[in-house]
Amino acid sequence: MSEDDEPGRPQPPDPGSKKTRNCAAVHPSPHPDRVLEIVLEHVLQFLTARRDRNAASLVCKSWYRTEALTRSHVFIGNCYSVSPSRVTARFPRVRSVAIKGRPRFADFNLMPLNWGAHFGPWVATMGKAYPWLERVYLKRMSLTDRDLCLLGDSFVGFKELELVCCDGFGTGGLAAIASKCSQLRVLDLSDTEVMNDGVDWISCFPEGETCLESLIFDYVECPINFEALESLVARSPALKKLRLNREVSLGQLYRLMVRAPQLTHLGTGAFGPSEAQGASDQEYDYASAFSACKSLVCLSGFREIVPEYLPAIYPVCANLVSLNLSHANINVEQLKPIICQCRKLQVLWVLDSVCDEGLKAVAAACPDLRELRVFPFDPQEDAEGPVSEVGLQAISEGCPKLESILYFCQRMTNAAVIAMSKNCPDLVVFRLCIMGRHQPDYVTREPMDEGFGAIVMNCKKLTRLATSGLMTDRAFAYIGKYGKLVRTLSVAFAGDSDTGLKYVLEGCHNLQKLEIRDSPFGDAALLSGLHHYYNMRFLWMSSCHLSRQGCREVARALPRLVVELLSYEGNEKMDDGAVDVLYMYRSLDGPRNDTSESVTIL
Amino acid sequence: MEVSRKMVNLLGGGGGGGGVGDLNLKETELCLGLPGGGSSEVAETLRATGKRGFSETVDLKLNLQTEESAPLDLKEVPVKNGPKEKNLLSAADSAKDPAKPPAKAQVVGWPPVRSYRKNMMAQKSSKDESPIDQKLSTASAAAFVKVSMDGAPYLRKVDLKMYNSYDQLSDALGKMFSSFTMGNYGAQGMIDFMNESKLMDLLNSSEYVPTYEDKDGDWMLVGDVPWEMFVESCKRLRIMKGSEAIGLAPRAMEKCKSRS
Repeated sequence: MSEDDEPGRPQPPDPGSKKTRNCAAVHPSPHPDRVLEIVLEHVLQFLTARRDRNAASLVCKSWYRTEALTRSHVFIGNCYSVSPSRVTARFPRVRSVAIKGRPRFADFNLMPLNWGAHFGPWVATMGKAYPWLERVYLKRMSLTDRDLCLLGDSFVGFKELELVCCDGFGTGGLAAIASKCSQLRVLDLSDTEVMNDGVDWISCFPEGETCLESLIFDYVECPINFEALESLVARSPALKKLRLNREVSLGQLYRLMVRAPQLTHLGTGAFGPSEAQGASDQEYDYASAFSACKSLVCLSGFREIVPEYLPAIYPVCANLVSLNLSHANINVEQLKPIICQCRKLQVLWVLDSVCDEGLKAVAAACPDLRELRVFPFDPQEDAEGPVSEVGLQAISEGCPKLESILYFCQRMTNAAVIAMSKNCPDLVVFRLCIMGRHQPDYVTREPMDEGFGAIVMNCKKLTRLATSGLMTDRAFAYIGKYGKLVRTLSVAFAGDSDTGLKYVLEGCHNLQKLEIRDSPFGDAALLSGLHHYYNMRFLWMSSCHLSRQGCREVARALPRLVVELLSYEGNEKMDDGAVDVLYMYRSLDGPRNDTSESVTIL
Repeated sequence: MEVSRKMVNLLGGGGGGGGVGDLNLKETELCLGLPGGGSSEVAETLRATGKRGFSETVDLKLNLQTEESAPLDLKEVPVKNGPKEKNLLSAADSAKDPAKPPAKAQVVGWPPVRSYRKNMMAQKSSKDESPIDQKLSTASAAAFVKVSMDGAPYLRKVDLKMYNSYDQLSDALGKMFSSFTMGNYGAQGMIDFMNESKLMDLLNSSEYVPTYEDKDGDWMLVGDVPWEMFVESCKRLRIMKGSEAIGLAPRAMEKCKSRS
């Protein structure tokens, strides 16, 4: 689940299925140059990692051409860094595309709603250039129903649609996909907002057996035609991943599970009785439904949980690799009987309602844990904090293989963070969110500098870091000095002066994505990063101390950088030069032309 | 008068949102008068009966990009004395400061959790009850209503429980539909319920006003009742041109009268 994962990289193709060489039929022996190219084509088929492919393309013109012809999956980390036509011109034989749009802070309402990241231009261009396109993965993009219709019409053999944190379309668009894409294997709408236009999209799948392997709609907030869903599941023998939204009640879940015991990934929907059923709900043997799912390894949902029904999942706990209880307001007593059976667990998402005691139980039961996320039940700054440094310390002691952690809390100590840095040397992602702004170490009242310093010092594989709490420039000195592999850095309400940001920009040579909010960094700091901005995917700075003048200087110094200034509502006419939001990124095709009023491009 | 003091106590006890605890007793004396008169006494009248005047609660600018516009600070208005704040327009002029980051716990986007995780308190607190009671309480856990805007190609849905005031709702609506507002919004963004002539001006213009359908099936102008009452009674929202909403105003005022 780290940022570095390339979504669904295709496997190297079977060499036996390679297209035949035409040379032997036409010429007695191929031209010498052509031999090399043919060999190269074969060899490059096995290169799937985009970094490897990028390196290969730089060797010489011949390699560049051959690599371009053999690249079947294109990853575009920033949709505005390159135009669709440039992509299709260079890579003519693409089967799979991944495009990312808005920066992550857009998830927290820090960006105007109509900022951009439209899929329209992409689908229009690819529709003509890639008739054999099979797979589209989009993250934080906006699509319309028309875009989805066009997608369904353009790509005959379309197989996989994955939309993560997207928006802009409704059930009408989904209906278009369901009805037009007869080869559809994957429809994944994780975290995507779908407008309820009242269209019964589940009924739009074709009759007869489908190829569906994955149907994920857990955050789609629209009611579902359950009978149609039941019928769809029944006629999808290849279905392995099913994640239901919270409109699906426990009784309905039972009916679906008995039709699909082959599931490996299940999102349970509400996990409670529906309002309609209420007390007269037939009491199914839910535990038997779970026992029948012998391949279940990933469990999520529990959106409206009635904890009394939790024991139903006991039969699958021993095999679970991933468990997401982050919508279930359960306490430690309700968690313990489950977690102590999950010996193989590697990924766990919970609510802080389980308290430090619950985290201790996790530490005791799950020695193999790789990823932990603890979300706040009450995400406010001055709420009661049921988890603290105690929970973090316990986890660090019980789960030495930990690679990724996201931890929301109200209080923390440097000691616990330092302990984690030493106990969990494999950490790749460390995201700590102390919810009170500028909160120091709870015990010593010192800044959190030493804790974060220890993380970058001791966790040699760290690539992603998110900080919080009271931090001085010293913390950034540590990050700049030791965070050599850090690619993604997230900073909020931290630092003393420009020096802090300078340390980071000068020291973190691998920095790709930097998002900063409400920190006292100004133009001098911004200008200290000129040597590095072309290597980055983007820089975001909101509510810092930047001025238009400073941003203009950057734009002048780096002509291939698109420097966008976004203004918060009510502030557009404020011409005192202060900048609300700076969002800048490199681009091969210059500034975009689809901006709204709140965006200025320098 | 006994009655007025009772009402003041109600308000002093924190009735309704918006921090109206610092009322000057004199100003809250009941007196009879039709709403829309534009005088400070009338505004105070409505406050004394537990309802805020439209002008004081709502800053329903759907497109906030104008010169004079500045978000109205709800907390300030009731506390200030004198007639000048009663006219919403001048209040906006005098409160020129831009939206500063508000006090603790109100910072936009902090803590950084996605919006579907913010609703959990409202939903989860009902889970401690028995399953049968849950049936009733889950119904009030979220209050999704359809929002349509004349001229916009598709509808949206908002969960009214996610907002605590008309201000927040208007922000959200403004963001949702900002690409569809037509023309300049001009200096006026809000409906001054108290001032009938201003109201008529707005309703005669091509500005957009938000309206809603209440439990009785009537279409009302947004903002005439306290926020909580609005959330309970609002069934759907429609943002329409002022000129179309003109028929609603007299009816809305009547309803207001009949409630007080």
